Amino acid sequence: MSLLLPESGLVFWMLLSFGIVFFILAKFGFPVIVNMVESRKKYIDESLENAKEANEQLSKLKEESAAIIASANKEQGRILKEAMQERDKIIGDARKKAEFTAQKEMEDVKKQIQLEKDEAIRDIRRQVALLSVDIAEKIIRKNLDEEKKQMDMIDRMLEEVVSKSKN
Amino acid sequence: MKQLRIVLVLLCFLLGVLGVRADEHAQEQEGNEVDVQGIVFGHIGDSYEWHITDMGHTHVTVPLPVILYSRVSGWHVFMSSKISHGHTHDGFYVAQMGSYEGKLVEKNAAGEELRPIDISITKVTVGLFVNCILLLTIVLGVASWYRKRKPDSESPGGFVGFMEMFIMMVHDDVIKPCVGAKYRKFAPYLLTAFFFIFISNVMGLIPIFPGGANVTGNIAITMVLALFTFVIVNVFGTKHYWKDIFWPEVPWWLKVPVPIMPFIEFLGILTKPLALMIRLFANMLAGHMAILVLTCLIFITASMGAAIFGSMTFISIVFNIFMNMLEVLVAFIQAYVFTILSAVFIGLAQENGHKAKEEGASA
Repeated sequence: MSLLLPESGLVFWMLLSFGIVFFILAKFGFPVIVNMVESRKKYIDESLENAKEANEQLSKLKEESAAIIASANKEQGRILKEAMQERDKIIGDARKKAEFTAQKEMEDVKKQIQLEKDEAIRDIRRQVALLSVDIAEKIIRKNLDEEKKQMDMIDRMLEEVVSKSKN
Repeated sequence: MKQLRIVLVLLCFLLGVLGVRADEHAQEQEGNEVDVQGIVFGHIGDSYEWHITDMGHTHVTVPLPVILYSRVSGWHVFMSSKISHGHTHDGFYVAQMGSYEGKLVEKNAAGEELRPIDISITKVTVGLFVNCILLLTIVLGVASWYRKRKPDSESPGGFVGFMEMFIMMVHDDVIKPCVGAKYRKFAPYLLTAFFFIFISNVMGLIPIFPGGANVTGNIAITMVLALFTFVIVNVFGTKHYWKDIFWPEVPWWLKVPVPIMPFIEFLGILTKPLALMIRLFANMLAGHMAILVLTCLIFITASMGAAIFGSMTFISIVFNIFMNMLEVLVAFIQAYVFTILSAVFIGLAQENGHKAKEEGASA
């Protein structure tokens, strides 16, 4: 039954050595390892948290940039539309102005033509008058060769003038 | 304790075989019989020298220092080789029978055998020292790896990584849930106990020199371990813990006039560490015994003819492989069980009455 009886010498050595081992390991062994592992765990958790936050921020930034691009596109469309309208307006105005100017010129030209036509007609009339005077002179010269006839003529004409003035 | 049961069943079976052989041994008496009992108990017990092997007729042993304090002649320090094989040195000799069998004794003036105070460095003590040094080397080596690094450096691989996993497994899965809120205070002790027991168990399975000593299968060792748990449980026990022992919440007639429940509770203080002590001791002892007996089977059957000898050798080796594998498992399980039970006992002594009542109300 000696197996079941603790030997005092062995108890002494066990107390001593286990006590020393316990003291050393409790002071320099396990707490170092456990603390380090736990602080590493904390560090990893924090890193994960940070990464998550960074990702969120990144996606937010992406959204923001997409929104900016969309609004810029919209603005571009608006500006283009405005520019088109402006262009159309300018062209229209120019056209109107050109039409107006052309009409005016046409009228001027017409007037000029009218004036020239009138001048020409006056000229022609004068010519005709001159010609008719010339013709009349020639005719008269020929007819007034005779005294009597001349007198007749003068009388008749006077008669006419008088009758006209009576009227 | 399924493992324990398996081990015990196997042990009973093997002891049955052994018993039969012992009977035959008694009948034969003659010849070159194998002293199985001597071999087995020699290996699992303690001794003043470390017997490694016999080469022919030469004993290959490592002599170990003997340290004695005699009430008659004071301190004595000498090597164990001086008292081997029945030699007497300075009046000390190894008792061959009686209550001090196998221990060093001296005779007083009246001729009675007296046991001096014996703090010799015995085989188990050397095994204990080797295990302690191994444990210190491993844990401090791993700790030094962490000391050199910051929390943001890479996690370790290889042996340090394995030890980290092992330590954190015990720390997070055993100590934290069993002890409760104040686990930090008790984690170093529980971790030390776990790794001391585990390394001792595994070293005990290694059959060559620095290993092979039956350290955790020695009741003195397990007694000290249980004593540590006992002291920690009771020193750090809360008021509520003590109140629960001397004035438990049971019907009054169980407490007055005959304090049945306080008595049972008080007994519980002692039986808990006692159970820890016996469990570890018996498990490791049984494992060592089973392996030794299986090995002895080869030598027992050597004289029984080639057929039996051959088949039994084969069976013995197969069973030995199985037992050794089982023992590796048991080495871990026993360390685990000791730690988990210590943690539970410490955790129970840490209970706070107020908190317990709250929990009771919520449940």
